[in-house]
Amino acid sequence: MKQVLMVILILTISGVTSHAQKKAEAKKTVKTEVISAAVFANGQKVYNKYCLSCHMADGGGVQNMNPPLIKTTYVLGDKTQLIKIALNGLNEEIEIDGEVYNNVMPSHGFLKDQEIADVLTFVRNSFGNKASAIKVSEVKAVRAEKK
Amino acid sequence: MKKSLLIPVLLSAMAFVALYSFKNISDSNSKPAPDADNAGLKLPEGFGALKVAELGANARHLVVTPQGDIYVKLARAKEGKGIIVLHENSDGKAQVTGGFGNYGGTGIYMKDGYLYASSNQEVFKYKLDAKNKVINPDKPEKIITGLKAGRQHETKSLVLDNNGNVYVNIGVNSNSCQEQDRGLRSPGIKGCPLLDSMAGIWQFKAKELNQSYGEGIRFATGLRNVVGLDWNQQNNQLFVMQHGRDNLNSSWPELYNEKESAELPAECLYALKQGDNAGWPFMYYDQIQHKKIVSPEYGGDKKKEADSKYIDPAVAFPGHMAPNGLLFYTGSMFPEKYKNGAFIAFHGSWNRAPEPQKGYFVVFQPFKDGKPSGNWEVFADNFAGTPEKAAAGRADHRPCGLAQGADGSLYVTDDVKGTVYRIVYTKK
Ligand code: HEC
Repeated sequence: MKQVLMVILILTISGVTSHAQKKAEAKKTVKTEVISAAVFANGQKVYNKYCLSCHMADGGGVQNMNPPLIKTTYVLGDKTQLIKIALNGLNEEIEIDGEVYNNVMPSHGFLKDQEIADVLTFVRNSFGNKASAIKVSEVKAVRAEKK
Repeated sequence: MKKSLLIPVLLSAMAFVALYSFKNISDSNSKPAPDADNAGLKLPEGFGALKVAELGANARHLVVTPQGDIYVKLARAKEGKGIIVLHENSDGKAQVTGGFGNYGGTGIYMKDGYLYASSNQEVFKYKLDAKNKVINPDKPEKIITGLKAGRQHETKSLVLDNNGNVYVNIGVNSNSCQEQDRGLRSPGIKGCPLLDSMAGIWQFKAKELNQSYGEGIRFATGLRNVVGLDWNQQNNQLFVMQHGRDNLNSSWPELYNEKESAELPAECLYALKQGDNAGWPFMYYDQIQHKKIVSPEYGGDKKKEADSKYIDPAVAFPGHMAPNGLLFYTGSMFPEKYKNGAFIAFHGSWNRAPEPQKGYFVVFQPFKDGKPSGNWEVFADNFAGTPEKAAAGRADHRPCGLAQGADGSLYVTDDVKGTVYRIVYTKK
């Protein structure tokens, strides 16, 4: 009985430490991930052409109309959900960090996978945001799932 | 040395305070003194302004009674109160004395012993006593119900005429009736079926209860969204300010560049008669060509002129400035040129990006015999705080509602911080 308990204890400890290690590694990769200048530049170009008119040059959005893209749960959170918003648009009464916005976001599915990936990577690393890049393969996967 | 200076300084300070308070007493029956900084506003020579209150809520339209009570409609109810009641002291500053109406909205108007207020789907009326206080704040009469409200252009502004009719704006939840709203090169829906129950001004009876589309009259159509509207007492006519369409460049980049899209189309003031059609979504007014132009969603090419059956605007202002308040000035505090002219509160733009934003001011448009006469001018400016904040669209305050006090003061609400401003003429 004692031995069994001991094994469980050891397993738990090693589980916790390896989990902590993984977390630290994940943090490290976010910090050290370098976004290529080309991706960033292309992302900014797409942003200026297709997003800036609503979300503004500073990403701060418009009171009651268009939400900000600064550290919102959508921008920094689940990548699949974020890619879906860009591809399909959004027109629902939802709270974005406690506020409601009345305008509609049209679908941007006409953009190429590369453009979607780059613009979302740009958004996730501008306006004070810091998050991992969105890969073309991830956009491709979400688009395929839709069909 | 220091001591000998102190006494004369103290004496003169005391004299100043005494004189100043005397001045206040002698003035208290006429007009309140403006704030030293005119509440941050830039005004024409001879005018001053004071901050009456700051509500910390989205203050939309308002009503001021001769007894010094102010009813402010909030976009969203705060602690269960959608209408905030304030009372003014003799120095012009007001404090909150109560509130009622558990619904957000924009429209509020006072006429013939009743206060009228709207949610985004209904219109209520409250009987007032001889001192213009609401008798039964918890039991309004519902006069209009079941109006459509989308997520955009959802507010229901209202005004009454002198014949017992209520006029209500029903904005349309669309930019230009495209198959995909605000989408890239998305065409217009044929005939735009939304027009049957939105995008117009509906007329109802102030005396009847529970009216909806069946009981009302579609008074005027082809108006995308109206927030500021007023009844002109001189020629007994309804005037409205339309919020013009957006996204000419983002939806039609081959036809309109960013600069053109920032300027176009005009924000139009319309004088309405029953049956009028202002042309949305089939056309927009181009204030540079001075022409009605077919919308790109309906086959337009930026030049093709629209059917002449659509009415012309009375005045065309630059694009996207978002006119949220309209008021015909009938007071006698301001100089003669303002009498019967129109004040318009421009909430300020967003759809001019990446070009600088514009608006965040109150404009004056002179009128003569019920018709616009002469050029408009900016009357009250700097709600934004600085020109840079206005250009960036990051305004400290955004003017929204307008009202006239019994003494002829002009009241302006701001729906960012809930500031209530009062503008007075100070020259003797
Ligand atoms: C026509 C205006 C418009 C355009 C153009 C537009 N958006 Fe949006 N966007 C909105 C609105 C409005 C919402 C919120 C919709 C809702 O609440 O249903 C939104 C929501 C979002 C969200 C989720 C909420 C948040 O703030 O985090 C993201 C992310 C986003 N947009 C990114 C983009 C990107 C990237 C582009 C360009 C590819 C873009 N948008 C283009 C209007 C627009």
